Amino acid sequence: MFEEVGTTTEGDIIINVGPQHPATHGVLHLVITLNGETIKKVEPHLGYIHRSIEKMCESLSYRQFIYVTSRMDYLSSHINNHACALCVEKGLQVEVPPRAQVIRVLMDELTRIASHELWWGAMAMDLGAFTPFFHAFRERESINDIMEETCGARLTMNYMVPGGVMQDLHPNFQKKVKEFMQLYKRKIHEYDELVTGNIIFQNRMKNVGYLSAEDAVSYGCSGPAARGSGVSCDIRKIYPYEIYDKLEFDEVLETGGDSFARYMVRIREMQQSIRIIEQLIDNIPEGDFQAKTKAVLKLPKGEFYTRVETARGELGVYIVSEGGTTPYRIKFRSPGFSNLSVLDHIARGSKLGDLVAMMGTLDLVIPDIDR
Amino acid sequence: MWSFSNIANNLHKWLSETFNPTMTLIIEMVLAGVAVIGLFAALGLVLVIMERKVSAWMQIRLGPNRVGPKGMLQSLADTLKLLVKEGLTPNGADKLLFNLAPFVAMIVAMLLMAPIAFAKDFQLWDLNIGVLYVSAISSIMVISILMAGWASNNKYSLMGAMRSGAQIVSYELSAGLSILAVVVMTGSLQVSDIIHSQADGWWIFKGHIPMVVAFITFIIAVTAETNRAPFDLAEAESELTAGFHTEYSGMKFALFFLAEYVNVFIVCAIGATLFLGGWMPFHIGNWTQFNHVMDYIPSSIWFFGKTFFLIFVIMWFRWTFPRLRIDQLLNLEWKYLLPISMINLLIVTAMAILKWHF
Repeated sequence: MFEEVGTTTEGDIIINVGPQHPATHGVLHLVITLNGETIKKVEPHLGYIHRSIEKMCESLSYRQFIYVTSRMDYLSSHINNHACALCVEKGLQVEVPPRAQVIRVLMDELTRIASHELWWGAMAMDLGAFTPFFHAFRERESINDIMEETCGARLTMNYMVPGGVMQDLHPNFQKKVKEFMQLYKRKIHEYDELVTGNIIFQNRMKNVGYLSAEDAVSYGCSGPAARGSGVSCDIRKIYPYEIYDKLEFDEVLETGGDSFARYMVRIREMQQSIRIIEQLIDNIPEGDFQAKTKAVLKLPKGEFYTRVETARGELGVYIVSEGGTTPYRIKFRSPGFSNLSVLDHIARGSKLGDLVAMMGTLDLVIPDIDR
Repeated sequence: MWSFSNIANNLHKWLSETFNPTMTLIIEMVLAGVAVIGLFAALGLVLVIMERKVSAWMQIRLGPNRVGPKGMLQSLADTLKLLVKEGLTPNGADKLLFNLAPFVAMIVAMLLMAPIAFAKDFQLWDLNIGVLYVSAISSIMVISILMAGWASNNKYSLMGAMRSGAQIVSYELSAGLSILAVVVMTGSLQVSDIIHSQADGWWIFKGHIPMVVAFITFIIAVTAETNRAPFDLAEAESELTAGFHTEYSGMKFALFFLAEYVNVFIVCAIGATLFLGGWMPFHIGNWTQFNHVMDYIPSSIWFFGKTFFLIFVIMWFRWTFPRLRIDQLLNLEWKYLLPISMINLLIVTAMAILKWHF
């Protein structure tokens, strides 16, 4: 099987999808070997948007390097910042005030919803339906407005700092979030009517891009891509950080392993995020939003690792400190990279039109793959 | 009462009084040609702005609103921009075929306008095999797409053209079979005969369920034949960038673009003529008063109203459905639509013989 579809013979067409192509959201370059319409091999070529973020972080202080990470997975910048802040706090042994913890979780979950909304629209657009994209942006826009009020930014938030969050919540925050949740609940049925229940959509997604649980583990998949294959890997559940262990929410698992299962995981995850926000929005404790930390942070000599669940999967931050004010070496384990590596495996033997659907369900954000 | 046929008759009378018969014929032919070219351009502009407004309405946004009143001149401005753009021919392209393909597409779209009855007694050419002529000419469309795809020397274009070839050839079958259903009922291929046979009721109402089935099959098949979403695999921008017209720019691209919209208009006009009575007003049995009011609406308004309703339906498809995959597309035709329309044709034939329709 592997040799049969994986080898290039005469008469095969080799096409370059990207780095400028409407199917790849960003500058991903795929070299695809085709036999007619059937895919024989997919070879991702990376490096078009490599900014050497890890190297840059080595010359930045522990307060500064967090801001660079917003540019990695720009759709879940809060969660990237959160992971870095957690890692620095682990080194500093700082206790984060309860108010800051709740704010962080709220922001993370709002980010997750916003990210999944964008994914939903882009995914439908990959399949040739334009309208869902605009419907998704309608809800995402109100999340962006909430973020803008509190953080001052709409995409690269830079809100999480070591020891808490940068500033207190905007007075309108609770009201706006409640309004958003009402809007979301009123509109969520449109998602099912427009896309999920559509017969063409289901035919395009079901039994396509099958990823078994074993393969998901061996390729290092995480996040919704792995949970669609039934692999329990939600970091919020298995290695809880902040207050996630005190919250009531379910880890979304689907056993189908195909594109539709991965799709459903994200759709259901949005509802779980809503559930988390509902528990927290009226229970934000009073108190400090930031722990007292020194002006110049120095991590003790040693190695520190934290992991969080971003909208795409597991993000690991690994800091090696020599005891100075800047990290000696920093390494990010980004979810997109390992999720991309599985693309060749699941795409072989399927049709060209399905490749974009599979890329959609893997939810690839190119700057996250190519740091 | 004001009508297109009056204008045409008066013009004919004036020309015959002023010139000799040969000269009259030549002038009339030139006028008809100019009218077709004008209609081609006007329809393209109107349909493009209509599509953009319809999509904007479905996508909760405003759409073009800067050029002209409510943005209505936007497509004119776009056309002007495309006219002054350079039409590139890529290196290694087959220059003759590459430059010829858009014109073939345009000519096909123009030829298809000949047998369409735009209003009562207002038709360019009421030939006795009108419906057959439409099916025959519309098959030439695929040649222009294959030409464009092959001559572009681009893999995306080639794949788009091959997809389109497979698709158009397959869907022509069920489109043809559903047209045949009406032809069997009417007993004539002539467009004017088909319209006159619907004076007491449109075929979609007169022909019981089999005619409704034929109508639905026809709409699906022509959507596929004109390469419109959800069957726009020949273009499939998320897979093949722009499919067969990836390498086209400037006016050559615009001709493909306009031809696509004019084709949509034509297939909808054919659908309106065959199933919805063409320019025939809507009548209900014995409601004399109601029928009388309906008769007052000019026949051209009836025709364009029905046609634009069908165009709206096809646009509605485009902005709500995701795209099919190539194997699903061919499955839908060969496993479902073709057998259904064949059986349907048998039932319609039985109905026609036994006079079971109203």
